[in-house]
Amino acid sequence: MPSLCSLPDDAMLDRLQRAAFGYFVETMNPRNGLIPDTSRANSPVSIAVVGFALSCYPAAVARGWIERAEAVRRSLLALRFFRDSDQSGSPTATGYKGFYYHFLDIDRGTRVWQSELSMIDSALLIAGMLTVAAAFDGTDADETELRELAQALYRRVDWRWSQDDARTIYQGWKPESGYLHYGWEGYSEAIILYALALGSPTHPISADCYAGWTSTYQWENLYGQDFLYAGPLFVHHYSQAWLDLRDVRDPFMREKRSDYFENSRRAVQVQRRYAELNPHQFVGYDRNCWGLSACDGPTDEVQGVANEQRHLFGYAARGVPYGPDDGTLSPPAVLASLPFAPQPALAALRTMLLRHPQILSQDRLATSFNASVDGGDGRPWISAGHYGLDQGIVFMMIENHRSESIWRLMRGCHPLASGLRKAGFSGGWLDAPAGGVRR
Amino acid sequence: MSTRYDASISTPYDDFERERLAAAGPTSWVNPVPDAPYQLVILGGGSAGLAAAEAAAALGARVALVERHLLGGTCFNTGCVPSKSLLRSAAVYAQMRDAARYGAQPPAAVTVDFAAAMGRLRHIRSHLAGTVSVRHLAERGVDVYFGNAQFTGPDILSVNGQPLPFRRALIATGARPQIPDIPGLKQAGFLTNATVFDLVELPPRLLVIGGGPLGCELAQAFERFGAKVTIVQNMPLFLPHEERDAAQTLSEAFARDGIEVRLNTEVVAIRTEGAEKVVDLVTDDYHSTIRVDAILAGVGRRPNVHGLALEAAGVDYDEATGIAVDDHLRTSNPRIFAAGDVCLEAKFTDIAEESARIGVRNALLGGRERLSERVVPWCTYTDPEIAHVGLYVREANARGIPIKTYTVPMHQVDRAITDSEQDGFVKLHVGEGSDRILGATIVSRDAGDMISQVTLAMVAGVGLRTLAKVIHAYPTKTEAIRLAAMAYNRRRLSGRLLARLRRCLPR
Repeated sequence: MPSLCSLPDDAMLDRLQRAAFGYFVETMNPRNGLIPDTSRANSPVSIAVVGFALSCYPAAVARGWIERAEAVRRSLLALRFFRDSDQSGSPTATGYKGFYYHFLDIDRGTRVWQSELSMIDSALLIAGMLTVAAAFDGTDADETELRELAQALYRRVDWRWSQDDARTIYQGWKPESGYLHYGWEGYSEAIILYALALGSPTHPISADCYAGWTSTYQWENLYGQDFLYAGPLFVHHYSQAWLDLRDVRDPFMREKRSDYFENSRRAVQVQRRYAELNPHQFVGYDRNCWGLSACDGPTDEVQGVANEQRHLFGYAARGVPYGPDDGTLSPPAVLASLPFAPQPALAALRTMLLRHPQILSQDRLATSFNASVDGGDGRPWISAGHYGLDQGIVFMMIENHRSESIWRLMRGCHPLASGLRKAGFSGGWLDAPAGGVRR
Repeated sequence: MSTRYDASISTPYDDFERERLAAAGPTSWVNPVPDAPYQLVILGGGSAGLAAAEAAAALGARVALVERHLLGGTCFNTGCVPSKSLLRSAAVYAQMRDAARYGAQPPAAVTVDFAAAMGRLRHIRSHLAGTVSVRHLAERGVDVYFGNAQFTGPDILSVNGQPLPFRRALIATGARPQIPDIPGLKQAGFLTNATVFDLVELPPRLLVIGGGPLGCELAQAFERFGAKVTIVQNMPLFLPHEERDAAQTLSEAFARDGIEVRLNTEVVAIRTEGAEKVVDLVTDDYHSTIRVDAILAGVGRRPNVHGLALEAAGVDYDEATGIAVDDHLRTSNPRIFAAGDVCLEAKFTDIAEESARIGVRNALLGGRERLSERVVPWCTYTDPEIAHVGLYVREANARGIPIKTYTVPMHQVDRAITDSEQDGFVKLHVGEGSDRILGATIVSRDAGDMISQVTLAMVAGVGLRTLAKVIHAYPTKTEAIRLAAMAYNRRRLSGRLLARLRRCLPR
């Protein structure tokens, strides 16, 4: 098989996308449809990864990579599992109030690692459920059940409870200690969470909740770019895997005469400029080698660190320009920028692949590498195995870049459109007659 | 490992201390006897009280100042002055540690002389004692009383039983350490800002409870002296009032210094085992235990409102927020004003002093000056320093003021690069569509000095357009301010304007 880098862009992307989908096919637990967080041994399930897997099935069917009936069967497995799961909120349950614990045992489907009941990860899971419900519109028993299950599981989520008495949604909850505060002020990947929570026909959050969240935004001019600041790259991607936000603006973006799509493009420019300036002089950073995001990374235990003053962060949300930055870059985060900035993303991906071909295995990208840290064999440190989140976002963003099919599909998802409108979004496809797009 | 650490605190009563105590609270002092009501009586001889006394005396008022303990208050005796002295010594050890970063040879072996650093601290404090001395006040015509003051009516108070009638009064009694209610803390013993500067021996392992300004400053200083410091904060970030990015930068600096950081963590119990203090922590639902030799607590502040019989004077107050004042610093008793930490949320020396001056003018001259009209910067003296002036973005958003931030990371500033001090940034917040500066945050080793340029611009009404014309000596870190202003100018050039300008270029 020819090397990826030798292929033209379309062929290269096709292979990367198909391989990313293969992660879900190969790792799914056939008994419950759950997908592990990573390909590493004994990895638990990440509910967000299940959401990504569900979101990928329809486009994979369209590309002929999986039979429709098989995609529906896999989706049903997962949704039936969540329907029947323990929702008592006990420390060993699967969820509570319609939300789910972040990490689950892949066989029993119960909480592991004392993980939190995660609002954002539950939202990504629900988004996946609504994606298969929107796509699989057949009248046979399976597809009918799939749609009914997705709706029921969405309607079951008590989004209002996740707000409690606060102005914004809490990020998590634990049976041992209650609501969690992570101090996530400012722009984050949560637009889809707020859209789902506002669009809920059963337990919507209060109408002013979205404005409460956006009141923590920071509009900055940085490196000559005016943009809504968020340090890690994935923040600029996740919600837009489902939501086409071109020309669709909330009150904040209307005031700033921008939109979230354009903002993600500018975020790429900021990343490129930061990498070019490379304040900490890490190996390899330049205009075509960037990508600070949430990802795995080396820890202080790694041997052979060249710079004695460096502190390494392990798995962390790295960001620009305020850090943390330990020289670790995430190729999947670069590739996920494809819809917003195709040429810079492709140029950076090719640069990374040429310099460090080991970041690719089975045509799947490792979540990260660090060229300033010796991986033990005289070569850069590279994160072992693959992360499901990466494969999901890579698949969806390549698909949106190639065909926009996921964006088109989700325009027809009534709860999302309704939630966006309640948040004050307007413009673009949101104002257009059903199915139409105004650009 | 450290069971021989002596946790008892006994400050050496050396010449420095004798000089300081003689100046700030002479034991032989005899209170004067008033022959008529004072035009102004000031309660408290800290930063606010001293500034008020100076201002009132300069106006020619008959003024008395009552101090319970030592003149100079928290700032001079147990706050800014000793802490900055200590921070400077700690910075020297950090420089020796980082010498290789500057192409210099680190000393072969660095032995920390903590006692010497504390001696320097006492020396500096005694050197500055003249500015807070009784003699200094007396020379300006201020009658100084030492003792406990209590209001006995709306226009009279007593000092040690002696009546002191007044036309106006200004309460500036400051604040004291807020001791967290943790089981076992009192029994185990702990340090506060009032006692930490009396240490003579470095605790090998120190727990700092609270991630406010003083907690952060001292955590970093003690780590640099060689203590193993753990800092516990019950919130997601340090310095909860500062901008998130500033706190993030500080977190990274702490990590480099080797401070163990526990965020979102509560101290739930403390007990003593031998000479060790055993501390139970809970982070969400994760329980852990650490062992330390000393605990620094009470870095939060609580207003000093007790013992003043404020009810007798009709002065409203709250245990947590202090004396209630309006924007003119007037209390619920129109004859009585308040200033500084006893009534303000922002507990910084510069704000205390300025509020005192405003309070004095409003009290004596019937002025209508407002504290909110003042542009007051403040700074946390960690490395890097974190300085702020004016509005925060969240405050502007809450008030519905569209705001835009011009950010220049210090890694874009040549002098920061030559000094290998690229951590930090300058952020200028301006009203959207204008060049008016509404606020600024600077994170840099010299942020406390740099912020003054922005403060000056705000006070003088200088916008970014003018700031962009201010030439800075090259290379200096304050160039970052001009770079931010120049970024504003570039954004003003719309495509149409640029096209017009290009037509003017010589062909």
